[in-house]
Amino acid sequence: MPFIPHTDQDIQKMLDVIGVSSIDDLFDEIPKHLRAKSLDGVPEGRSEMEMMQLMSARAQQDAGALCFIGAGAYEHHIPAAVWDIATRGEFMTAYTPYQAEASQGTLQLIYEYQSMMCQLTAMDVSNASLYDGASGLAEAVLMAIRGNRKSKSRKILTAASLHPLYEKTVKSIVTNQDIQLETVVCGDDLRVSQDALAAYEGQDYAALVIPQPNFYGALEDVNALTDWAHAQGMLVIAVVNPTALALISPPGEWGAQGADIAVGEGQPLGLPLASGGPYFGFICCTSKLVRQMPGRIIGRTLDMDGREGFTLTLQAREQHIRRSKATSNICTNQGLAVTAATVYMTLLGFEGLGRVARACHVNAKKLAELLASIEGVRVLSDAAFFHEFVVELPEKADLVLKRMAQASVLGGIALSELSGQANPNLMLVCVTETKTDDDLAKYRDALETSLASKGDVSC
Amino acid sequence: MLIFEKGQPGRFATSQAPKASGKCDDIPAELMRKTPAAMPEVSELQTVRHFTNLSRKNFSIDTQFYPLGSCTMKYNPRGAHKAASLPGFLARHPLAPESHSQGYLACVYELQEILKDVTGMAGVSLCPMAGAQGEFAGVAMIRAYHEARQDHARSEIIVPEAAHGTNPATAVMCGYKVVEIPVRTDGDVDLEALQQAAGPQTAGIMMTNPSTCGVFERQIEDISRIVHEAGGLLYYDGANLNAILGKVRPGDMGFDVLHMNLHKTFATPHGGGGPGSGPVAVGERLLPYLPTPIVGRSDAENGSRYHWLDQDDLPDSIGRLSAFMGNAGIILRAYVYAILLGREGLHRVGEFSTLNANYMATLMQQAGFQLAYPERRATHEFIVTLNKQAKELGVTAMDFAKRLLDFGYHAPTTYFPLLVPECFLIEPTETESIDELEGFVEAMIAIQKEAESSAELVKGAPYSQPVKRLDDVKAARELDVAYQRS
Amino acid sequence: MSNIPGELKYLSSHEWARLESDGETVTIGITDHAQDLLGDVVFVELPEVDAEIAAGDEAGVVESVKAASDVFSPVSGIVIAVNEDLEDAPELVNSDPYDDGWFFKVKASDLDELGSLLDAEAYAEVCQDEDH
Repeated sequence: MPFIPHTDQDIQKMLDVIGVSSIDDLFDEIPKHLRAKSLDGVPEGRSEMEMMQLMSARAQQDAGALCFIGAGAYEHHIPAAVWDIATRGEFMTAYTPYQAEASQGTLQLIYEYQSMMCQLTAMDVSNASLYDGASGLAEAVLMAIRGNRKSKSRKILTAASLHPLYEKTVKSIVTNQDIQLETVVCGDDLRVSQDALAAYEGQDYAALVIPQPNFYGALEDVNALTDWAHAQGMLVIAVVNPTALALISPPGEWGAQGADIAVGEGQPLGLPLASGGPYFGFICCTSKLVRQMPGRIIGRTLDMDGREGFTLTLQAREQHIRRSKATSNICTNQGLAVTAATVYMTLLGFEGLGRVARACHVNAKKLAELLASIEGVRVLSDAAFFHEFVVELPEKADLVLKRMAQASVLGGIALSELSGQANPNLMLVCVTETKTDDDLAKYRDALETSLASKGDVSC
Repeated sequence: MLIFEKGQPGRFATSQAPKASGKCDDIPAELMRKTPAAMPEVSELQTVRHFTNLSRKNFSIDTQFYPLGSCTMKYNPRGAHKAASLPGFLARHPLAPESHSQGYLACVYELQEILKDVTGMAGVSLCPMAGAQGEFAGVAMIRAYHEARQDHARSEIIVPEAAHGTNPATAVMCGYKVVEIPVRTDGDVDLEALQQAAGPQTAGIMMTNPSTCGVFERQIEDISRIVHEAGGLLYYDGANLNAILGKVRPGDMGFDVLHMNLHKTFATPHGGGGPGSGPVAVGERLLPYLPTPIVGRSDAENGSRYHWLDQDDLPDSIGRLSAFMGNAGIILRAYVYAILLGREGLHRVGEFSTLNANYMATLMQQAGFQLAYPERRATHEFIVTLNKQAKELGVTAMDFAKRLLDFGYHAPTTYFPLLVPECFLIEPTETESIDELEGFVEAMIAIQKEAESSAELVKGAPYSQPVKRLDDVKAARELDVAYQRS
Repeated sequence: MSNIPGELKYLSSHEWARLESDGETVTIGITDHAQDLLGDVVFVELPEVDAEIAAGDEAGVVESVKAASDVFSPVSGIVIAVNEDLEDAPELVNSDPYDDGWFFKVKASDLDELGSLLDAEAYAEVCQDEDH
């Protein structure tokens, strides 16, 4: 019996002690007609060997392409030590650290994680993580509504350059609480338009959401946006890429006062692409807002003998105590993902992270230049970008990308498929430090070939 | 010692970063970072040693018996982890084209089908990233259903008082008011109170069955009738699904929507507090509202093709809950677990988890411990109340819990459900052998003797852990949640 | 038995109210019994000065390590002062609930409301019932 250790003698002994004659007798409080019939929809069990044969074949089906897709999930080198350590049974199979004395490993690690995130974002406080960047933004929005005591508004202002899937996620999570999102349009440079922003002057919103870099890869003028929002009495929610923060200005240093909440996707910090998860959302804030923070927070304290130790703190905000008045219903942090990220950040240090960020940027610029040299292809990069940029093709992007995929190059995403972008010829391309000059040349060739072979694709 | 207190300025794992290359002078100076972040400055060996040593300060399933009630800490098969970590799965970008995703999509589709069958429901979405998000999705669907019918008067969610704290917190996140109803002394819901609470303002009820009292709610069909007659829907919190896996299906009990915790019932690792995965399953009438994306299949002569179903395909969906599609790697592990066990294996989960709990409960009772519901059959978990010990010996459930750590056992869930004083909620799971179960009971007997002869010994526990009991008051009053380099 | 001063008025949710000598300011806090139930207080959230509140409104939150409860205002009026010392020293609620551990002061708009509050004797009964 898979993973059930009972021998026949064990079972008989246990039934005798309980005083029943069969296991079925233990279900005698359940009405007979409710008992399930056999599970026809479930296949026969497999041995581990058979299972691995099936799974290897399936994994192989999806493997082998050169990937230039970004849009919120980024391919980076992951040091071997990261997952070797994270998947030690003591980390991987531990429960939530409610019994602090028996969980000092996880607790100290999360404290160190919180410290690193505060450093990277230049904020005061970090929690132990949320599910992912998009749902993390939803929590940030709820937090801003609660935390902005100057504003009575249940409206949030957000940039059209925010990741469209983040916007969708936030909407599904917050609209049931009568919170509305309004969007400031972008200018031709694919950044928040200052003109459009002026129209919101003097209106009551709880917060402004500023993505940096934004969905199109472009760098927003975060200092001006932050100061503008604060002048309107809004809080500032920064949505940032953690890799980029080793290179560009961190939310805590935006404008005169800094952002109030910083949130983002932690995946670039040592997590594989893995079809979208598990990743983790990081969320940091100013100490003023700490009581509004959702989720777990670890604090450093002393034990009965005066030894340093770590424990869950500020638990009275959480659902298991506050129930219907909790800051959120969340009772998970992405512990294992955070374990990996903490090891990753430790190995690289600030210097290493900076090198990764600079290599991404330099590589992306190289590819942008290569592509701009193809006839009919235009790189829409008026503003500076980090490691993603938008390209205008002479025909529909989805068709071009399909043909490139047949040559095992996943060239990016067609913007019209993901966002409300009306122009079907736009695509978003990402380059990280993992791409060699040969890879970039291969991309250029694949794009050229694809453009040359206009016509149908059979997939 | 913190990682920040080790190492030297300028040190890092040099082989892990690219060589310093190229200029970034195209980025405007005012957008560049000016102050470096004070990150750790250690070598690769220092990193490995630091975190390996930290890991040794943890209890875990791989090292200890972990009988946490309502948490289902069963063995996490290494094979599932290995399969989900195959390079083809790890390298797949979440937005990769369907042409390069058929292997992954096939696994997701088949897990959806398996979960439909084990729950007796019509549709499944694997999007929610944890139980609490599954609850959110479920209640949001209930709301979408009522609103689509223009039934705007429904403003309340009923929750039995024994419910987990996420239930009321979730109802509020979905814009509902919470009405708590009492639980009788035998552990079942007070039907009269339910009858009074249910009405045209009722959107639904959230329940677990078996309940958090560790007993099967025998009146489930009456509850279903009362709530449905009032026009409300039934939400099943899958926290305790392990108890009935393969034995009873929530769909057959009358539930309209449920979430499962794959990190409990389908043996995916807890990871020190996550990631989890909380798929939702629904009956026919909630199908249009499932969160997206979902995986669909089309069959043609040359074989099956799998494809995403998104908001365009399900226009009434409550929408997306994450940027991509949930905790994909956890979904893969759960799929592997399901196909390793297969039909027969899944059937045995409920049986053997129940056998283990009843055996332990009987041993505990024979040893003189007080069960909270002695006249009831235990399910996959049971409650012991240490109220007598607390009153007569001054030794509380917390003290027993801490002392258990010294005996090498993780403490059961303590002080939950709130309505049983000084309680232990004990869930052994089906993957533990009789030796472990007996060892735990023997430890409890030994601690009981200690409590009688030298209470102070138990009250000072633990002694064997890296730290003794921590000063939670200091932690909250003098908040230190991030290291500051001095 | 906890300390229940005879000259104060009470809510059954464990807030006390004291009419100050100016005849219009009401000082509000939580009772000795309440602080005892909560255990070590670690945080107090207070209303904004100048806020208008009605009797029965949630006006703040008091947190211990393992519990949190809302603080209701026994009277209606304008908040004219909050006890800022509690920000750095929430333990005052434990050590001196009726004096240094006060929460906020309200300029009452309807002094009759005080009449409908519990007196010390009635409140003592509430506490006793809870203990059983």
